[in-house]
Amino acid sequence: MEAALLVKELRSKFAGPFELNLGTGACAAVTGPSGSGKSLFLRMIADLDPNEGQVWLNGRERTSMPAPEWRKQATYVSAESGWWADMVIEHFALNRRSEAAALATRLGLRDDLLDAPIAQLSTGEKQRFSLVRALLPSPPVLLLDEPTGPLDQESVALVEALLQERMATGTSILLVTHDPNQAQRLGDQRYRMVAGHMETL
Amino acid sequence: MNPILLTPLDISIAASLIILDAALSIWLKLRLHRQIAIAATRMVVQLVAIGYVLRFIFSLNNPAATLLLILVMVLVAAREVAARPERRFKGHSNLVIGFVSVGFATFVTSILALTTAIRPQPWFDPHYAIPLAGIILGNVLNSASLSLDSFLGSVRRERHAIEARLSLGESYRESIAPLVREAIRRGLLPIINQMSAAGIVTLPGIMTGQILAGLDPLEAVKYQILLMFLLSGGSGLSALATSYLAAWRLTDERQRLRLDRLE
Repeated sequence: MEAALLVKELRSKFAGPFELNLGTGACAAVTGPSGSGKSLFLRMIADLDPNEGQVWLNGRERTSMPAPEWRKQATYVSAESGWWADMVIEHFALNRRSEAAALATRLGLRDDLLDAPIAQLSTGEKQRFSLVRALLPSPPVLLLDEPTGPLDQESVALVEALLQERMATGTSILLVTHDPNQAQRLGDQRYRMVAGHMETL
Repeated sequence: MNPILLTPLDISIAASLIILDAALSIWLKLRLHRQIAIAATRMVVQLVAIGYVLRFIFSLNNPAATLLLILVMVLVAAREVAARPERRFKGHSNLVIGFVSVGFATFVTSILALTTAIRPQPWFDPHYAIPLAGIILGNVLNSASLSLDSFLGSVRRERHAIEARLSLGESYRESIAPLVREAIRRGLLPIINQMSAAGIVTLPGIMTGQILAGLDPLEAVKYQILLMFLLSGGSGLSALATSYLAAWRLTDERQRLRLDRLE
């Protein structure tokens, strides 16, 4: 299998070294106790935290491109969603409203929520909108940190269906989850993070 | 009209008002009399000392000595800027940011005023340069510390929002822009308030001083107007420099948000 995302000797002061070889359209699922470095691993790949080592995407090393360019290719979705404007719609490009609405509907979000203030959203609704925001430009690699953490079972199923559809069209996913069943359902490769080190399951 | 010079006796009479404060404190058990005595003594000693320092520097009439004194004043101001915000950088970054922005704003506005408006001969005459730099410094210090406090406070609060933007591929500059804007705004508010209140709520210090020294009120007003313009320019420059330096210090070559550089 050709590697879409290749991680070599990725390390920081707190975790690593990590190796990973993720194929096009594949999903690697990482489980493990809180504080073991799962989020840090995703953040290091997205180059949000200081780190050393190499990360390649389709044969291109990430330092060969500016950091924002890299993050558009390997997009990190944090477990705690962040919002910089008052209204939901302000976080989407004006000309992509209908696409955003279509994705939101697929994740079980009501139509009118797109025009609601962020402050009115539940944690689960915010989490799904942050996923919509990341999926919209269709990045080749998604780094998802507990994407279904605060969701009910019905919404989890909707999110997983959408992710599987994206995988089928070539998106590679690195998924951090506390749910071993979800890791089983989505992950082609499964790992367990213990104290900053990753073990293959 | 010559200024009315004060004799030591005149001042001693006014000093009895401090005794009044102390008596009040003892009578009402405010337990402030020690503090009042210490503060009054400090004030007298500090002012007399600076009086002698200024007289000495004026007598030297040496640009290097003038510059040195102003640099010391900037350094003391930078320490204030560094110490006031609740959040701080690790190491000496607070002090460096304070020194650079306060020094930059003070020098630019003072030199502009000395060379274009007041025009003493020579333009670096310490009689003009030092008091002017001192007044500007006080204001610029306030702006810089408000901006720094605002920026460092909001950056931690807005961490998730900033990192969400970075994750989606926005540049650090775009992601941090609202915080920089707000920090600059905060730094500019006091001078706007000061300008609006000038002459109605307060009679500004310089003007009052010059009227007491015998200057015609309208001449004193002209000086005060010039000064207000200088202070607003200085505040703007220092708020701008502080906010951008702090924002720059919180990122690196890969456009990360480096909160690990804060305490």
